[in-house]
Amino acid sequence: MSLIELHYEVPGDDFTRAGEASGDVKRQLKQLGFEPATIRNVVIALYEGEINMVIHAGGGEIDVSIDPDRIRMVLRDHGPGIPDVALAMQEGFSTAPDNVRALGFGAGMGLPNIKKYTNDMQIETEIGVGTTMYLRVDV
Amino acid sequence: MTVREFAEMQNLNILVEADMTRDISGGYCGDLLSWVMSRAQSDDCWFTVMGNINAVAVSVLADCACIVLCENAPLDEDAKKKAEQQDVNILSSDKNAFVLASALGAVL
Ligand SMILES: Nc1ncnc2c1ncn2[C@@H]1O[C@H](COP(=O)(O)OP(=O)(O)O)[C@@H](O)[C@H]1O
Ligand SMILES: [Mg+2]
Repeated sequence: MSLIELHYEVPGDDFTRAGEASGDVKRQLKQLGFEPATIRNVVIALYEGEINMVIHAGGGEIDVSIDPDRIRMVLRDHGPGIPDVALAMQEGFSTAPDNVRALGFGAGMGLPNIKKYTNDMQIETEIGVGTTMYLRVDV
Repeated sequence: MTVREFAEMQNLNILVEADMTRDISGGYCGDLLSWVMSRAQSDDCWFTVMGNINAVAVSVLADCACIVLCENAPLDEDAKKKAEQQDVNILSSDKNAFVLASALGAVL
């Protein structure tokens, strides 16, 4: 068991609610006294993941486990899956539609940012079934 | 320099007044949210034309001192509500990001 376990549902296609999970995790980590740098790494990765779920996968769920020495996040969706993960991981690669770009997203920086701000990132994905991302930030 | 001092200095419109005594320690210009979120620093004054709810979320996560909407870019109604809930200062100006950021840079 971790010190704290949190669960969030991310609604699909609702940009107004994207960021709720990361905002809440930010508050919790702050209260627990984590360093700003650690909090930043966690919330950047989580927000990018949340947004990807909304844009690309019709929503999903997030589980966060907080321990004194590490924060783990599992982001699971039942979207279309990612056909070529290596390609998706490249900076600038994006399949986001124009209406999403108009909102300031779809720069193809999400997955690279997640990689950059976490200590470990694993993606399990299957076409037509969904995508699960396992992220870990060490303290 | 505090958010209020910068607002007065540049005649900015105050769209959402949260904590105007907050100190500005730097600035960041940009509209691509992923880019801003990973590069803006805590206590930055963020110059952008993105007045949507996601910009408010990014400002919270990146811990910016305030958002300045440049060239009178509009603030969405739901973004305004969110900013009020989450204590995000939002200002606006008819000037562009270059002019405003130069002015801030000159006094920081
Ligand atoms: N959860 C997901 N489900 C399906 N496809 C995804 C998911 N996350 C990312 N992708 C794919 O990977 C690409 C790159 O993602 P990302 O780096 O976050 O850039 P962006 O979201 O700006 O397009 C996306 O455009 C999309 O094609
Ligand atoms: Mg993305």
